[in-house]
Amino acid sequence: MPFNMTISPDFKPELISGWYIFNTWLQKKIDTPIHIDLVNDFIELSDAIDQNRIDLIYANPCDIARLVREKNFNPLVQPVGTQDETIIVSSVNSQVKTIEDLSPGIKVAMTDVPDVNTIGMIMLEPADITPKDIETIHCQNFITVAKNVINGQADIGFLLADAYNEFSNLVKKQLHSLITSKIHVLHHALLAGPDFPNQENLQQVLLSMNEDPKTQKILQSLEIEKWQAMDREEAEFLIDLMDTLSPE
Amino acid sequence: MQNMKPEDLASDNYQETELTFFDGTSRKVLYTDIETQFPDGCLIVSRTDLDGVITHVNKSFVLMSGFTEQELIGQPHYILRHPFMPPAAFAGLWKTIQKKEKWHGYVKNLRKDGGFYWVYATVIPNRRNGEIVSYTSVRRKPSVKKVAECMELYPTLF
Repeated sequence: MPFNMTISPDFKPELISGWYIFNTWLQKKIDTPIHIDLVNDFIELSDAIDQNRIDLIYANPCDIARLVREKNFNPLVQPVGTQDETIIVSSVNSQVKTIEDLSPGIKVAMTDVPDVNTIGMIMLEPADITPKDIETIHCQNFITVAKNVINGQADIGFLLADAYNEFSNLVKKQLHSLITSKIHVLHHALLAGPDFPNQENLQQVLLSMNEDPKTQKILQSLEIEKWQAMDREEAEFLIDLMDTLSPE
Repeated sequence: MQNMKPEDLASDNYQETELTFFDGTSRKVLYTDIETQFPDGCLIVSRTDLDGVITHVNKSFVLMSGFTEQELIGQPHYILRHPFMPPAAFAGLWKTIQKKEKWHGYVKNLRKDGGFYWVYATVIPNRRNGEIVSYTSVRRKPSVKKVAECMELYPTLF
């Protein structure tokens, strides 16, 4: 029976083949059968976690608390130099040019990516806007968020800064960046469930990926420069931080 | 803890008072009415031990407080205490986190140069194996309206 690996559903669709290549390489390297079990959204992911269907996961920071504290997952590695920052955008044609121009009752386009939405709401607090003061327009992905803002269906949108930066100039020209978070400590991480074997070896294998040109290419296909070790205390710090940011 | 020094201040136009903290320590505090605005999109993050002694600060903390990291590590968190803040606010904070609960509040903090900055602060107890081992504090940009309310309220709490 193979172990199951899943990827947080906020991964870029164009990286899907990279994750399959990574998995093929990893299975051979650690001589362990692993099946990729992708989920469509964070609700499906939550169900999979509940049902103990996951053994290995590249997780969003908002899911790490539950995985570590409730499901006894162990943090293994995190990508170097990759951080989850959030940007709030309005339409370039909108009167809204700063966060303080916003008022309760606004329509906000957002995906279901939890850390982006958490940070987005925090950045609205200076304008006295809380979750109960907004009308949410749920979007499947970040480009749909941008479209909703550009066509005026939403007053503002919450985007992952990396996703915004990869938009074409045509899209960016139609958006106005109101604010970008500079938190520097939120990031995804790879975690292993309690039943996954030889986790120390797995961690070492991952940490040495950038030392071989062949495995460097696999990392590049995931848009990861290299992995760095993540220990339990670092995970606990991230969890504590997310706890301070969670809605009251 | 050292008294504040006039040569560290950003202005010659300052007021002076003596603050006494929960552990009996007293400090001469010099303060001005110069406000530093909270930087957009940033979070100030720090950790203390169980006695409130700072063990970790991030770059935003260093920037906003005006101290160096070396000056902050090992100091009690009340190095930031502004005389405008009523002691009751901090008594409530300690009471809450010692019950293993999360505390939120609007706080006017004192800078090394005597100036101030307002924050919306959240403090949580860090639990490991069921025991509280430290505290994490995260401060973010506050609502202007809420700060205005606190400016009215806090002077009535002394």
